[in-house]
Amino acid sequence: MKFDVAIVGAGPAGLKAAIEIARAGGNVVMIDDHPHVGGKLNGQLHEEPNNGDWWIGVSIAEQLKQEALSLGITILTGTQVWSVEEGWKLFISNVDGRPLDNNMIESKALLLATGAIEKPLPLPGWTLPGVLTIGGAQVLTNQYQVKPGNRVIVVGVDILSLSIARAMKMAGADVVGIYIAPKNEFTSGISNPKELLSSFSSMTKFAPNLFMRLGGNVLKSAIGCSLAALFYPKNGMKVWDIPIHFRQSILAINGEQEVESVTLTKIDPTGNAIGESFLEKVDAVCISGGLSPQNELAAVAGCEFVRLNGLSGVVPLHDQYMQTTVEGLFVAGNITGIEGAKVASAQGVLAGSSINKYLSIGNVNEGNLERNAKQVEIVRETADITFHSEIGSARNKLQKLWEHRI
Amino acid sequence: MRIQKHPVMKIIEKEDVEFIFNDTKIIGKKGDSLASALWANGMKTLRQTEKENNSRGIYCGIGNCYDCRVYLQGSGMVRACITPIKSGMEFYSEDRGDMSS
Repeated sequence: MKFDVAIVGAGPAGLKAAIEIARAGGNVVMIDDHPHVGGKLNGQLHEEPNNGDWWIGVSIAEQLKQEALSLGITILTGTQVWSVEEGWKLFISNVDGRPLDNNMIESKALLLATGAIEKPLPLPGWTLPGVLTIGGAQVLTNQYQVKPGNRVIVVGVDILSLSIARAMKMAGADVVGIYIAPKNEFTSGISNPKELLSSFSSMTKFAPNLFMRLGGNVLKSAIGCSLAALFYPKNGMKVWDIPIHFRQSILAINGEQEVESVTLTKIDPTGNAIGESFLEKVDAVCISGGLSPQNELAAVAGCEFVRLNGLSGVVPLHDQYMQTTVEGLFVAGNITGIEGAKVASAQGVLAGSSINKYLSIGNVNEGNLERNAKQVEIVRETADITFHSEIGSARNKLQKLWEHRI
Repeated sequence: MRIQKHPVMKIIEKEDVEFIFNDTKIIGKKGDSLASALWANGMKTLRQTEKENNSRGIYCGIGNCYDCRVYLQGSGMVRACITPIKSGMEFYSEDRGDMSS
């Protein structure tokens, strides 16, 4: 099977890029290992803080899918790309292992839009059935409409865990509370209430609770963070009627065969356990370890990488038009740094137009690319969800690293 | 664990899909993954570990961690979280040999 462009990942970035290329007349294939296109859109359900509208990701995914099909884009779902070769060759297999007639796709350009994975957060008992990542809880609750448990606790206080805790509550689960991540060798800043509050100072516009919104200004000063950590209500502060416990954490998950309870503890402002631990009966534990770019195929392709905390990990080094250090290899979406669906979509459009110019598909000029790049920045600035307070400066650093390389 | 009503999401009643898990008949819904169909039936355990016989179920939910690996007759090893159920499918926690036919 030969195409102009192969896109790995049919989430918002991949879909938008495919549409951009197909509209200009390019022949595109999108490959995704999930049974449906849409990526993480399919599980997204939250209230937009700016206008109070509900973002229903699955509806957006469906619209994009219909547009893609109407443009004649080839979509392969339930298909894994397990290797790539420059030039480009993609080696594929069925996710269920059944033989394929054709194990290889050829294309002139390759776009990796494989999104993110969740960093595991080990703690005693984390292997028990009933323990999920927060992303897994999102998929189960919003995509499959199955609630993770009747009585659920959430470990890790961040944008995702807040949003998905709310989703589970709306689904009818009793969300007992959201707790600070445990202090162990796998957690650093996120298990320290003081540091965590500091990272929140740029994100409180997402919290509907007035205290947290106003608190954003207080938190901006380091002194403010210490005070907040010290005086933060010991019984937690409720957001959407769910207690958020900055002064409590988890020590272990317990159960014979499946989750039965958790061992919790009060903690001091730097995250150390204080006092006697106590048990809470639950049947599901959702752990938020943070997202990280899913970049194995970029590594296989021979990309250069950079690590920037503001991008939440290791990303393929790329220019402002989404081209990597490898000829004909482009990236878009969370693989370039964790920023959420709206930025991913804008990056998809940019990458698509960049590929169009590279392959002389349609009539793309430098001005078009500049405009699409500018649009990514605008979306970033007005984004209602930010995963890292340093995303803006990280993007600038990335660009400087690219320029330095040349 | 199936959500019956929701303040924002549309809950559509879907048709039943019957399949087998470890020789037991299970009824899921059209569109379920194996993981969600089992979870909706209160079943979180998918397999036992090879060495110490500890229970395991889904963890990442997006096909990345392979903790949810089970065996599908006619295919072989699959990930429960990204495998859609179809009528008549037979899944097992263990490899029974000759799973690919």
